[in-house]
Amino acid sequence: MPGFTPLFFSEVDVPRKTPFLISAKKSLPLLLMTLPGMAYLVINNYIPMLGVIIAFKKIDVSKGILASPWIGLSNFKFLFSTPDAWLMTRNTLLYNLAFLVIGTVFAIGLAIMMNEIATRFFAKYFQGMFLLPNLISMVVVSYLVFAFLNADTGLFPRSIFPHLKIEDINFYTSPGYWPFILLVVYLWKNTGYAAIIYLATIAGIDKTLYEAARLDGASKWGQIRYITLPLLKPTIIILMLFSIGRMMYSDFGLFYQVTMNSGALYSTTQTIDTYVFRGLMQLGNIGMASAAGVYQSLIGFILVLGANLLVRKINPDYALF
Amino acid sequence: MKSILSRDEKIFARTSAILLAIFALLSISPFILVVVSSISSTESLISNGYSFFPESLSLDSYAYMAAQGKIILRAYAVSLFVTIVGTLISLVITTMLAYPLSRKDFKFRNLFTFLVFFSLLFNGGVVPSYIMWTKVFEIKNTVWALIFPTYLMFGINVLLVKSYFERVVPKDLIEAAQIDGAGELTIFTKVMIPLSTPVITTVGMFTALAYWNDWINGLYYINDPALYGVQQLLIRILNNIAFLRSGAAASTVGNVVISLPGESIRMALAVIGILPILVIFPLLQKYLVRGIAIGAVKG
Repeated sequence: MPGFTPLFFSEVDVPRKTPFLISAKKSLPLLLMTLPGMAYLVINNYIPMLGVIIAFKKIDVSKGILASPWIGLSNFKFLFSTPDAWLMTRNTLLYNLAFLVIGTVFAIGLAIMMNEIATRFFAKYFQGMFLLPNLISMVVVSYLVFAFLNADTGLFPRSIFPHLKIEDINFYTSPGYWPFILLVVYLWKNTGYAAIIYLATIAGIDKTLYEAARLDGASKWGQIRYITLPLLKPTIIILMLFSIGRMMYSDFGLFYQVTMNSGALYSTTQTIDTYVFRGLMQLGNIGMASAAGVYQSLIGFILVLGANLLVRKINPDYALF
Repeated sequence: MKSILSRDEKIFARTSAILLAIFALLSISPFILVVVSSISSTESLISNGYSFFPESLSLDSYAYMAAQGKIILRAYAVSLFVTIVGTLISLVITTMLAYPLSRKDFKFRNLFTFLVFFSLLFNGGVVPSYIMWTKVFEIKNTVWALIFPTYLMFGINVLLVKSYFERVVPKDLIEAAQIDGAGELTIFTKVMIPLSTPVITTVGMFTALAYWNDWINGLYYINDPALYGVQQLLIRILNNIAFLRSGAAASTVGNVVISLPGESIRMALAVIGILPILVIFPLLQKYLVRGIAIGAVKG
C-alpha cells in the first residue's frame, strides 16, 4: 500500500563537513530568495503570535499596546465568568463533533458509491456536481440558504410549508432549527470535497484483493467491510487528526454569514470565532476578544499536539510529525 | 477481461448509480433555485415566493442590473484586480521560498521549514493581526487590505511545492546546471519552475479561488464602497437591497424608470456572483481533484 511517510520531514539530512563561512556564502543566494516569503511569514504569522500579550493587558488606545498596564488573568477571569464562554465552547465543540462523525460517514459512503460508477463520463459529471458547492463563497451560500428559508419569499416557508399545513416559521429568529440547518449546509458544501480524498485512496486499492475475496464467496458488503474500510483507515485517521486539531475553530462564514448575523440565533450559532469577531469589531471589547482568541489558540495547539501524540502511539507511520 | 458480477454486486452498482443521481441533483438544486428565482416575475414572487416552478418569468432584474451596471462592474474590477495581483505575488513568494527549502545544502533549511510548519499549528488569533494591520501598516480602506492579510502565502502551499521540488526534479539536473555555471535564480526560473507546472497550477488555482471568494478581509478592513469586491457587494445587498440604488444617479433605461425588482434582483446578483466560477469550473475540475487528493494525504 502507499507509504504514509510523515508528511514533510521524510528525508534524512546528511550532515556536511563544510566550514561555516563557505557554506554560509554558498547559501547566500538561496537565503535572499527566501526573504520575501520569510518576511511575510514573520509579519503575518509570528508578530501576531507575540500579540497574545494583549490578552494579559488592559489596552489603552492612547498609550499603545506596550505601554498599557498588565492586568494578569483578569480578562480571562471575566470572560469565563460570563455564560458566553461556556456557550461558545459548547457550540464550537458539538458542531465540530457532529461535522466530523456525520461528515466522515457521508464522505466515505459517497466515495464508495462513486467508485462503483464504471462510466467515466458519469463519474466526472457527478464528481463535478458534488464539488461545485465547495467552490463558492459563504456569501453566496448565505444567498442560497436565504432563498430556501426567508419568511417573505423563501421556498420552504412560502411554497412548501403551506401545502403541508405547517404554520409559519421564521427561521432567522428561531435558534432551535439551526443545528440541523448548519449541519445540512456543512454536508452539502464539504462532502463532495472529502469524498474525493477517500476516492483517491479507494482507487489505489489493489483490485486482486477484491477478486480473491469474490472467489471466496464474499458478498459486496463483505468486500466493503473487510477490504475497503480497513484500507481506508490510514486516510480516516489522518483526516480525523486534522479535524481534532481544528476542534476549537469554526468556519466563521458558516456561523456568521449564513445565519445573517442574527442576534436571535446566538444560543445555537455563537462559536469562538464569531464571538471574537463580535467582541473586536462590534462591541470594541479588545480584552474579552483577545482572551477568547488566546483561549482558542492555546487549547487548539494542545489538541494538535495531543492528537498527534496519540496517533504516534497507535501507529507512528500515520503521525503528522 | 470482464469479470462476471454476482447478483448483489449488480444490485449494489445500480443502487449506487440511482442514489448518486439523486444526491447530485440535490447538490445542484440550490443553484437551480437561484437561477429560476432570478428570472421569476415580481408578481409570482409576491404570491408564491421563490420556487423551482414560477408562474411567470421576467428578465426585469437583469435589465435593472444592466441599468445599474456601474456599481457591479466596479466590484468585479476590484475582485479581479485582487485575485490576479494577489495570486501572482503569492505564487512568486511561495515558490521562491519553497525552492531553497527543498535544497539539502541550504544552511537554514531545517530552521525555516520548522518556522513554516509551526505557523500551521499555532496562531496568535485575529485580534493582534487586526491591530497590527490597521495600526502599524495602516491598510484600512486600501486595496492592499484585500491582498495582504492571511492570503498572500499559505504555509501548507510552501510545503506542498517544496515536497514536489524534492520528489520530482532530479538532483542531477540541479548539479548539472550548477556545473554549467548557472546561478540559483537561473536554476529556479529555468529548471525548477518549468518542471513543476502541475503543482504550481494547483496551488495558484486554490489561491485564486481563496481571493475571489474572500469577504472576511473586506469585512474587517473595508468600509469604503468604492473598494467593495463582488462578495462584499453581495453581503451589503443581502442586508440592504436599497444599496443598489446608491450607485447610479437614476435607475432609468432610456426614459423609462424601472422600479427595483427587489426579490428577484437578489437572486440575479447571486447568479452574477457564481457565474465566473461556473464558467471556469469545467476547465479547473481536473486540477482541483488532483489538488484535493495531494493536499490532504500525500501518499
